[in-house]
Amino acid sequence: MKLLTLNFLTCARKACKSTTLAFPLRPKDAELEIVEADLEPLFIRNILPRVEWEALRTLCQDLGLPQLPPAAPEPAALFAPNPSDPSIPSDKLVRPGKEGEGEGEGEGEGEEGAPTQTLKDLHHVLLETTIREGKLVCGNCGHAYAVKEGIANFLLPSHLV
Amino acid sequence: MSRPEDTLPPDLFYNDSESRKYTTSSRIQHIQSQMTHRALSLLSLRSPSLILDIGCGSGLSGEILSTFSPETNPGGPHTWIGLDISSSMLAVALEKEVEGDLFLADAGQGVPFRPGTFDAAISISAVQWLCNAESTEESPAGRLSRFFNGLYASLRRGGRAVCQFYPKNDEQKKMVSSAAVRAGFGAGLLEDDPGTKSAKTYLVLTVGGGELDG
Ligand SMILES: [Zn+2]
Repeated sequence: MKLLTLNFLTCARKACKSTTLAFPLRPKDAELEIVEADLEPLFIRNILPRVEWEALRTLCQDLGLPQLPPAAPEPAALFAPNPSDPSIPSDKLVRPGKEGEGEGEGEGEGEEGAPTQTLKDLHHVLLETTIREGKLVCGNCGHAYAVKEGIANFLLPSHLV
Repeated sequence: MSRPEDTLPPDLFYNDSESRKYTTSSRIQHIQSQMTHRALSLLSLRSPSLILDIGCGSGLSGEILSTFSPETNPGGPHTWIGLDISSSMLAVALEKEVEGDLFLADAGQGVPFRPGTFDAAISISAVQWLCNAESTEESPAGRLSRFFNGLYASLRRGGRAVCQFYPKNDEQKKMVSSAAVRAGFGAGLLEDDPGTKSAKTYLVLTVGGGELDG
């Protein structure tokens, strides 16, 4: 399970729906796995405003991952200035060099400049860092959801529904 | 032929051999991918989105969502999260190394994501399963209501959901769509090839009163 997914997940129990304690679920005995994924800059830009940054920061801390900045990056920090943007004098442009490869591929990518390191770091933590084994614990009811081979078991016994 | 949902609950019906049969049958694969493309066109997503797949099975729809195609998935590739009640189906998805995250979950128990999580949701041939209750304490109406309420809350405003399903009869069709409307959705039923053996029913749902132009 990607850390992105965990950032949107809540306890499934009806009794926990109305409390703020049921989010985020806290990992226990988590075993992480890095799974490479294609960089999708427009997806990162789309999803970033919906990410609960504080929850993501705490999660990274709990998992012993590198510390995230206190505030979520601004959308402007995700793309280098577009070389074709006439509002930027050309001598001010820093060519992104190797990072610029893949530029102009695919539709809808033309408007943005090259993805910045900030965007790539977000991609890595949100989409490539996954929980392979462990438990996810609700802060309200204490229910622990098992994660096996990356699949979380959210089936509730009927008395907990 | 008896309908599978009338004989056993889906987690029992889709045991290992049924799951494999379902996933390897090229006829089923073809129909499933056709319906996924239809649902995608009804969602009309313009950019890479976060999508919930209810009843994702072995990830047949997910593989289409994950692949950019100028003709059939112009807004993609999308990132998806799939729920399924059958662990055998999910095991097949795992083997195929699909890109979406997988959950063993019963949509009739609700949708465990915080409000406004998804841009869109898709469900292919799954919602009819919600119409049978497996125990006396769970009524079909209760399961449908928990599902649609949870789905409604988990979609962002302006979001859409398309659920293709096989209603047993008109009564069931009505029961499903009115449960969606009660949850707050704008709802429309769309029928492809009506009156034929290959009739397909799509429930097209909008959040926030968006007009249906599909
Ligand atoms: Zn809980």
